[in-house]
Amino acid sequence: MNFKPLFAILFLVTICSCKQEPQQLTRIEGKLIAITDSIETDASIEAFVKPYRDHINKDMDSVICFARNTYSKSDGELNTAIGNLFADVIFEQTNPVFKQRTGKDIDMVLVNHGGIRSIISKGDITARTAFEIMPFENSVVVAAIKGSQVNQLIAYLVEAKRAHPIAKLKIVLDINNDLFEASINNKPIDTSKIYYVATNDYLYNGGDGMNFFKPSDSLYILNYKIRNTFLDYFGKMDTINPVIDDRFIKLKK
Amino acid sequence: MKRRNFIQQTTAATALATIGGLTLPSFMSASKATKITILHTNDVHSHIDPFGPEDGRNPNKGGIARRASLVQDIRNENPNTLLLDAGDIFQGTPYFNYYGGELEFKLMSKLKYDAATIGNHDFDNGIDGLYAQLPHAKFDFISANYDFSNTVLDSHVEPYKIYIKDGIRIGVFGIGIELDGLVIKDLYKETVYLNPIEIAQDMSRILKEDEHCDLVICLSHIGYEYKNNAEKPSDLLLAESTKNIDLIIGGHTHTFLPRPTIVKNIVDKDVLVNQVGCYGINLGRIDFFFDSDKNKTANGTSIIV
Repeated sequence: MNFKPLFAILFLVTICSCKQEPQQLTRIEGKLIAITDSIETDASIEAFVKPYRDHINKDMDSVICFARNTYSKSDGELNTAIGNLFADVIFEQTNPVFKQRTGKDIDMVLVNHGGIRSIISKGDITARTAFEIMPFENSVVVAAIKGSQVNQLIAYLVEAKRAHPIAKLKIVLDINNDLFEASINNKPIDTSKIYYVATNDYLYNGGDGMNFFKPSDSLYILNYKIRNTFLDYFGKMDTINPVIDDRFIKLKK
Repeated sequence: MKRRNFIQQTTAATALATIGGLTLPSFMSASKATKITILHTNDVHSHIDPFGPEDGRNPNKGGIARRASLVQDIRNENPNTLLLDAGDIFQGTPYFNYYGGELEFKLMSKLKYDAATIGNHDFDNGIDGLYAQLPHAKFDFISANYDFSNTVLDSHVEPYKIYIKDGIRIGVFGIGIELDGLVIKDLYKETVYLNPIEIAQDMSRILKEDEHCDLVICLSHIGYEYKNNAEKPSDLLLAESTKNIDLIIGGHTHTFLPRPTIVKNIVDKDVLVNQVGCYGINLGRIDFFFDSDKNKTANGTSIIV
């Protein structure tokens, strides 16, 4: 008797009988696991990171300049030493680039108070300082806008009464916090003129409610990161000593 | 899947009829249980080292070398594990400024990440900067609502991926935030943003009905919730407006959820929405238990969070 067909059938039955019912989702458990110092450090990952970290630290901690004082964006009402440094550095570093490219000068600079991300501490300035005050990758752009838009920009600053960093623009408020006078290069704003305003790409696109840059007559992208303007500036200076000045003030009477 | 089961069962029945009493009844009740573990991070922002002891907010927290050992422990316990990231891998420490994301991708590859979606900050060195780092990433990039056809990322990013763990089909699709206004056009170039909710509706249908996935996961960088802008697409809105999604892993809003949120979807079924803050200081863990035991499956799905 040939048992082969019988075995074949038996085999088939066994296979098919062992086939499971389809699996269904019966339970879900979710939780948050905090990564704390009680979790072991993976030695191979740590060893892999180390040369990268060492390189950065060596580079970041080399002294490139000296701060005469500690500068904080909360020291000052309508203009601050660190904010003035911010705007002045942007002007000083990017105006030559802009001039070479266009033959024109930047008329004024505006960035935002919130964009100053750290204090500058008295003493040694390192590359790390530039990363601390400006951790973001924003770059300088120059927007060509009408005098009427500059007036909107001034109205924004008057309304905010905040020490947003400015350079080359002067604003005076009267005792009631209303605009007393505003000028660029000691001249009142000419609504028929085009002004070249340096800012960063974030603010140009309406960040911090700054909706006066658009429409712009033209936009010049300088491919110069704000952080790099500081790194370059600190690199060429021995000491910094920015001060609060009269670029944005309120009359006492 | 349904059809395949039906065919297999028919075959079994025919065989049984043929052989009669020769079967071994004990085999019939063989049941199988599978656990799928989903681990996830979001908005790590180049935080490779742990925060120092003097940090004002997160002292001694985070660090990828610790995450590595934690993930390995979980994989040892359950090999059926997926590790996912919901975007904004880049930007936040000098590691990114110095190396452009190379180290982040290399480390994520060492941790055996399976997939990541793309966050707005991943465009910070431009779409070309992201493309340049792709050779360092041994994991998938998935995004369904960014059309990269006219960019260098064309064919390097998939709308979805299916991972099979112990027979369980896990479909993961990616969703990203509107870039206009958040990232300058110079950086994202010809990337076209498509409505995330409409795309999620399409993706969940494809993964459930066409690809027969047992689990559907949305890896999202659109943000958890926008209280002051209810129209703006968010994870909660996406969960309510779709069906067949089991889990939404979110990012962008740096939302610290102590436990996953349970949301009713458009057909009144539960969806889990989770996000674990930022900077790699937490790891999200969701375990999905599958079973073929009828006593267990009859009661539907219980959720313990």
